Order: sequence, then C-alpha cells, then structure tokens
Amino acid sequence: MKKHLKLAAYAALLLLLPFATGLALGKTWVRILDFALLYVMLALGLNIVVGFAGLLDLGYVAFFAVGAYCYALLASPHFGLHLPFWMILPIGAFSAGIFGMLLGAPTLRLRGDYLAIVTLGFGEIIRIFLNNLDTPYNVTGGPQGIDLIDPIRLGPVSLNQPPGHAVYSYYFLFLLFALATAFVSTRLQHSRIGRAWAAIREDEIAAEAMGIDTRNVKLLAFAMGASFGGLSGGLFAGFEGFVSPESFTLTESIMILSMVVLGGMGHIRGVVFGALLLAILPEALRYVGPLEQSLFGKIVVDPSGLRMLLFGFSLILVMLLRPAGLWPSPTRKRELLAHGETAKHENTDIYDAGR
Amino acid sequence: MTQDAKLLEVRDIGRTFGGLAALSGVSLTINRGEIYALIGPNGAGKTTLFNILTGIYKPDSGNFRLEGVEMAGKKPSELAKSGISRTFQNIRLFANMSAIENVMVGRHCRTRASVLGAILGNSNTRAEEKSIAEMAKHLLDYVGLSRHAHMLARNLSYGDQRRLEIARALATEPKLLALDEPAAGMNPLETDSLKRLLETIRRDGVTLLLIEHDVKLVMGICDRLAVLNFGKKIAEGEPSQVCSDPLVIEAYLGAS
Repeated sequence: MKKHLKLAAYAALLLLLPFATGLALGKTWVRILDFALLYVMLALGLNIVVGFAGLLDLGYVAFFAVGAYCYALLASPHFGLHLPFWMILPIGAFSAGIFGMLLGAPTLRLRGDYLAIVTLGFGEIIRIFLNNLDTPYNVTGGPQGIDLIDPIRLGPVSLNQPPGHAVYSYYFLFLLFALATAFVSTRLQHSRIGRAWAAIREDEIAAEAMGIDTRNVKLLAFAMGASFGGLSGGLFAGFEGFVSPESFTLTESIMILSMVVLGGMGHIRGVVFGALLLAILPEALRYVGPLEQSLFGKIVVDPSGLRMLLFGFSLILVMLLRPAGLWPSPTRKRELLAHGETAKHENTDIYDAGR
Repeated sequence: MTQDAKLLEVRDIGRTFGGLAALSGVSLTINRGEIYALIGPNGAGKTTLFNILTGIYKPDSGNFRLEGVEMAGKKPSELAKSGISRTFQNIRLFANMSAIENVMVGRHCRTRASVLGAILGNSNTRAEEKSIAEMAKHLLDYVGLSRHAHMLARNLSYGDQRRLEIARALATEPKLLALDEPAAGMNPLETDSLKRLLETIRRDGVTLLLIEHDVKLVMGICDRLAVLNFGKKIAEGEPSQVCSDPLVIEAYLGAS
C-alpha cells in the first residue's frame, strides 16, 4: 500500500511539474525540462556502453546526430518526404544501432584510452560528414542544416498545436520515452545479457573463457546504446524543427559522459539524476548575471564565462568528494572504496547521504 | 556403452613464440572420466598446451579433437560451449560481482534469453532466469560456498576464490574441466579439501585435466599423467610408472 502511495506521488509530481514550472519560471524552463528528458535518454543509452559493458565512448553524440538527421531527412521539405514519426523513430534508432556496430566492429580489441580515442574520432567523422555532404549532391544541407522539419504528430494532432504550448505536449511525450528507456535499461541490466556485459567489464578474458562470445556481446552493447541515442535524436529533430552539425559537437559527447560518470556509472537512478542535474545546472547558472546586477549594481564578471567556470568547478568538486558519482550503485561504491587510495580514507557517511 | 572411451585426443601440437619452440609434436589422449595431470619443470610448455586446449592460443601445427570433433582454432567461448571449461592459474574471477553472480555468468552459454525476451520479461525468460539462479545456488552448495553467496568475489578468502572459479567453470556444464594449478598457494588443509572436491567432481562424471606443481597432490589423485620438458612429452602413464622413468627423474633432478 505504501509503495502504491509513493508511486502515485511520483506520478503526480511528474505530471504537474511542467505546469508548476511554467507558472513559476516561465515557458523557457519547461523547454529546459524537455531537453533534460532528452538528455536522460542519451545518458541512459551511453550508460549501457560505459556503465554496463565498461567501454569508454567519447563519440556518443554521433548516434544522436544519426537519429536526428534520419528524422530530418524523412520528414521535411528537404527531400519532400513526410513520413509519420512512428515510422521514422524506429528507422532512426535502427540506423543509429547499425552505426553503433560500425563503430564497435573495428574497436573490438581496444580498451580504455585507445578505445576512447577511436570513438572520439568516430564522433568527429560523423559531424564532419554532416557538415560537408552538401556537395556534390545536397544530402545533409551542410553547415546550414535542415530546416522546416515536421513536428511530431499523433494522428491528426500536431504536438505544435496550439501554438505556444508545444513545450507541454512534448514534455509528456519525452517523459513517456524516458521512462521507457529507463525500464528497458533496468530489464537489460538484470538479465543474462546484463550479466554478460558486467562480466566483460570485470575481466574480458575470463568472460570469453566462460563461454561468452565477447565479440557479439560487445557489439550488442554498442548497438543498444546507439539506438537509444538515435531514438532521442529523432525526438530532438521533431521538437526543434531544425538540425545542423553544430548541435553534435564533441562538447555534447563529453557532457553526456559527464552525466553518466557524475550520476554514478552503471546505476540507472544515478544516471538519470546526473542527466537532470547537468541539463538544468548550466541553465540555472544563467541567473548569475542578473544576480550580480542586483548585488553590485553592475556586471563584475562576464556571466557567460563565469557560468562555465562555476560549472566546471562544481564538477571537479564532486569528483574529488564523491569519486563513485553522486548516487552510485551499491556495488560500484564498494568497488571504489576498495580500489582508490583517496576513496579509502573517505568518510563513508558522505556516500550514505545519497541513499 | 557405445560411447568412445577417448574424450580428448591431442595430436602433434606445436607452437613457437618468436623462434622458441614452446611445444613440439605433443600428442596425448584423455579418457572419459579420468583425472589426467600435466606436469613438468618451469617453462616446459604446460601452460602453453593448456592455453591451446582452451582456445587462448592457436596451435601452429597439429590439432585436437573433443569427442571426435575438430577443435583447434576455435575461440575460447566456442570451446566452452563445446564442453571444455577452465580455471586460471592467477585467479580471474569477476571481482566486483557477488559469488552467485559469478556462477550465474557461467550459465550464459547454456541459456538463450534474447534482448527482446529480457525486455519483455516473458514467462520463458523468467523461468530460465529462475533456473539459472537455482543452478548457481546448487553449484555454490556443491563447492561449499553457499554461505558466501552474496559476498563480492574479491572479498572471499583465497581458497574460497579457487573454489568459486571451479563452481563458475562447472556452471558451463563441461565435459572436460581444465584446472590450471588449482592448489597453488594453498595450505595443506585447503589442498586436502580441494582433493576431495576434485574426486567428487570426477565421480559426478566430469573428466578433469590438471596442471599442478604440487607433485604429492598429483600423484595422489590422478589416474594418468604426462610429463613435459622443453616442449616435448617425455613420459606418459600411471603415476607409479612415470615416477620411476629415468627421463623424468633427469628432468626434475638433472642428469647424474
């Protein structure tokens, strides 16, 4: 009974959140919430690769781009195609999954730093392709990107209607998808496949010797993670109505990785928390400028610079004080406590505070 | 019994590492249901042979058959699926997983739930998951670790870690269980209980291949053994025979 009450409370919170936010802070903030949900999906996808299977991926945003461009090409005047979103989203997720395998196949023997460099290069390659595939034949629209993308429609109803309230309808759509990805992640983690991923993370040679086809299982991790990215890419394109290579830079990849690491690698709730925090924090720090104005009567430090400085500083602080992430899984917590010299001397109370 | 008595046939296996012949022309046969040991001085090629039989290395020449099926060149995971499972000399458990999870991983190649099944959680998948957990529990009990089922592998005592590796290997339902120095670093008490465990495993129908430095354990437990020296097999047979073989005495004690 108590569990049901808790569930109902969560549901009510999630349903009322956008309206409360809209009333209190304005529509800009509802839009930020929408983006935060997209980041939750991205972080959960990357968590499969990095957190579950232990494969460092610095080019994850490439899959987001693949999903977004799939949507853009199949539902815009660019090619004159206007497929419905329930067809495009699976196509986008599937194509991203294929790209995930394309990245995974040549990197099967790599780990750690080496894998990170290759994945970083892969992310850049995709972005540069998107940037330059406007000649000789205009496929991606080049640096201008693709404009006038169809909004997501549920039957005859466009989510952009009524005008000005799109942020609310998209919130619920994204919420649905974010919950679904969290559900899928949880199920996968506690399955035989999730155990195989964990085994590979722990000791690849032993995993192979115990009958796990490490090649297939690693490719599966890349493909699953990538398809989550592709899915949220499609949603992003429908929401924004515009895509360009600028949205898919290395900074984005690093941001998503930070969400996973900061939240607590391999721990789904932690990753969701990390994604929400890092999606919202930089926006909240925009208020630094007006705050300075009201405190000192003038702008003392350039707010845009200070914003990123504070952001970076808080990241460093978190990693120093809580190396296992803000909300680590119980296992990972023990692991880091056993490993790191600094962690050994940590006050265990700090860890328990988050639970 | 129409089944062939020969479980594993190794023929003329050779392997070089940059000009050094680690193994040359080694042949041996392991019969069903026996405990077969491989001994030899350091650098004799025991571990190389072992790694070839478990798929970590590919042989340069020769081949080996399990129940008449050609196995040389297969990947470790394929060999595990075919029925050769192993433990490691320097323990390689999944250190940050619990004991029972370690054993459950061993069930991977005998189960088949797909991504879709895992996501949907249908009745087949749930039944399979339940059987995995039950089998893992049973195996932990079998090696005497059931009270530590939920402890992290890294926190188990050394002897228990060795036992857990055996349980994990048994979870793949091997026909041949290959143990790389299972008694290394054990005290006499632990060695003794290991010996009993190995005898139980043999009694339950699993053939054992054993590399071991502890000659007393080897002589006390194995049915037949082969001695390697400088990459060649210098003797094979029952312990009493091999012990008195002059070539073996020379290899271990030096020429007189």
